[in-house]
Amino acid sequence: MAGWFDANLVSILNGFAIGSLLFILAVGLSIVFGMMDVLNLAHGALYLVGSYLAVTFAAGEPSWGGFLTALGIAALAGLIAGGALSGMTEPLARRPILDQALLTLGVSLVVAEVLSIIYGNDVFSISPPPGLDGSVAVAGNAYPTYRLALIGVGLVLAVIVFVVVERTSVGALVRASVADRDMVSAMGIDNRKVKVAVLAIGSMLATVAGVLGGPVYGARPGLDDTILILALVVVVIGGLGSVKGALIGALVIGQVESLGRALLPDLASFILFGTLALVLVLRPRGLFGPRKLAGT
Amino acid sequence: MSDVAIVPAAESAPPPASPGRPPGRGPRRVVPAVLALLILLVLAAVPLFVDPFGTSTLSRVLVFALFAVSLDLLVGVTGLPSLGHAAYFGVGAYTAGLISLHVTSEGVVPVLAAAGAGAVAAATTGWLAVRSSGVFFLMLTLAIGELVFQLAQSLSSVTGGSNGLFGIPAVRVGGAALTLPGYVYWFVLVVAVLGFGMMWLISRSPFGAVLRGIRDNEPRMRSLGYSPFRYKLAAFVLAGGFAGLAGGLFAAQVRLVTPSEAGTAASSLVLLAVILGGAGTLWGPVLGAAVVVWVRDALGPNLDGHGPLVLGLVFVIAVYVLPRGFAGLAGLRARRTGPTGPTGGTA
Repeated sequence: MAGWFDANLVSILNGFAIGSLLFILAVGLSIVFGMMDVLNLAHGALYLVGSYLAVTFAAGEPSWGGFLTALGIAALAGLIAGGALSGMTEPLARRPILDQALLTLGVSLVVAEVLSIIYGNDVFSISPPPGLDGSVAVAGNAYPTYRLALIGVGLVLAVIVFVVVERTSVGALVRASVADRDMVSAMGIDNRKVKVAVLAIGSMLATVAGVLGGPVYGARPGLDDTILILALVVVVIGGLGSVKGALIGALVIGQVESLGRALLPDLASFILFGTLALVLVLRPRGLFGPRKLAGT
Repeated sequence: MSDVAIVPAAESAPPPASPGRPPGRGPRRVVPAVLALLILLVLAAVPLFVDPFGTSTLSRVLVFALFAVSLDLLVGVTGLPSLGHAAYFGVGAYTAGLISLHVTSEGVVPVLAAAGAGAVAAATTGWLAVRSSGVFFLMLTLAIGELVFQLAQSLSSVTGGSNGLFGIPAVRVGGAALTLPGYVYWFVLVVAVLGFGMMWLISRSPFGAVLRGIRDNEPRMRSLGYSPFRYKLAAFVLAGGFAGLAGGLFAAQVRLVTPSEAGTAASSLVLLAVILGGAGTLWGPVLGAAVVVWVRDALGPNLDGHGPLVLGLVFVIAVYVLPRGFAGLAGLRARRTGPTGPTGGTA
């Protein structure tokens, strides 16, 4: 057992790094859908925007300045994009949920295509900022420092999101909106403002995750779909609107993606789908999903 | 087709949601029939008048239209929005390609095998997908589509990996290889029209009426004694089978199958064709498919291959201004001239 653990330590750590990244992505997607019934299929495209911003600003000699600039601009772009998406879905608020999902699907096609016009179809790799570009020895194995830092960032963000959602009055508003939006509205809170704020912050998390994930996944066309599907699987497994669910789901899928691929390289996709199938057969609303879905 | 055997089973019970048929054979039933016959004649005559490029573009339109109509069976008729329908198209295309390469390229064999493979693939994944509905269904089918895409890429010893399956021999009919685009077009036309006809019959049958009932009011159908799960699964398998059939035609026509045929982008495009044309009408998605293929294949090269940008914009605009697609426009006209059913008196 100890020997197996030692041999696969790198895969397990990779799984945690991917899990951290997926949590940052999925928590925004999950809360936006849980609160507002808006399935944001442009989430993957927003991630890719972040990755390409990292290509632009952190290119050449790796520096903290470039990396932090990319992070800042990505965060700003995410906020603006989220606000724009919120405005675009507003006229569709009275139409079936599917229409909003289709709108974001169209937006994601446009964004992905614009990115490929600007950056071409090349595969970019992004180097981590100086100081994090080396590797450290973890129990005798060399492991990239940046990924360890990513695990740390993911943990910090998870704690922040958890404290905000579970322990503050803003978080209480978010939880109340997930549980019963109409009642929140009846108590005098403007739903649309909550929606703009939540979509903006969710989109910001997606673009920031794009920058943070740049040194791991690089940037290439088609990455948006891959990322979107991983995030959706996390959200479905964890349950919509649940922070705890997003965290557990992200950690599970992170391990499936990393350890699964390392141990059974041919079956990795099946394991991903199998995990999803197993959870949905046993718990159709996800591990921590609401007992009753609003609007169904 | 073993799938069609489901239809008589449903006939024992009267369909509660059956749309009222206009009595007698009034002009409203003759005009569409004459129109369909005329369109068929024009389509059959195309290779005699149009250059080979135009003919093969039209073949692609037919294949894509068959694919879109099969998705309409799910999206429009049953109310299950799938974002992974290209998976079954891809399964069919690979099956037809492999059979043509290794067994026989004799006309109907690869195409029927493709339909069967599409149905089997839909049955093995559908039992999970149809448990959910709405946006959950969308997410699950998206994951299924990505699974098939990754399989096509990773099983490179069988599928050729990301290079695709190439060197598929020309389709044969009665031993003679069809190499000219015109003959291939006729082959595609015949199979596609048969496919359209079968789906039209399914949609008009009592079975189709039950599917519409489930779309409109599932709890009521359940309380009437129907099992929505079984009917949804049957619809999913049928849609997968026809998507596989379209995939088989694709392999016969293009003779190259790549993983992207099963990818998310392909699924989005076919969903766009259905939404743009008008879900639930069967004929609307044919128009939608024609627009999509025209923008992608004819207009795309003039835009440096950025046809998807135009399609994405069309998608966004269509969601706002054409909530019921082109068919919705026809419905507007019909409403002005006289009262029709909720689907605009189409299908």
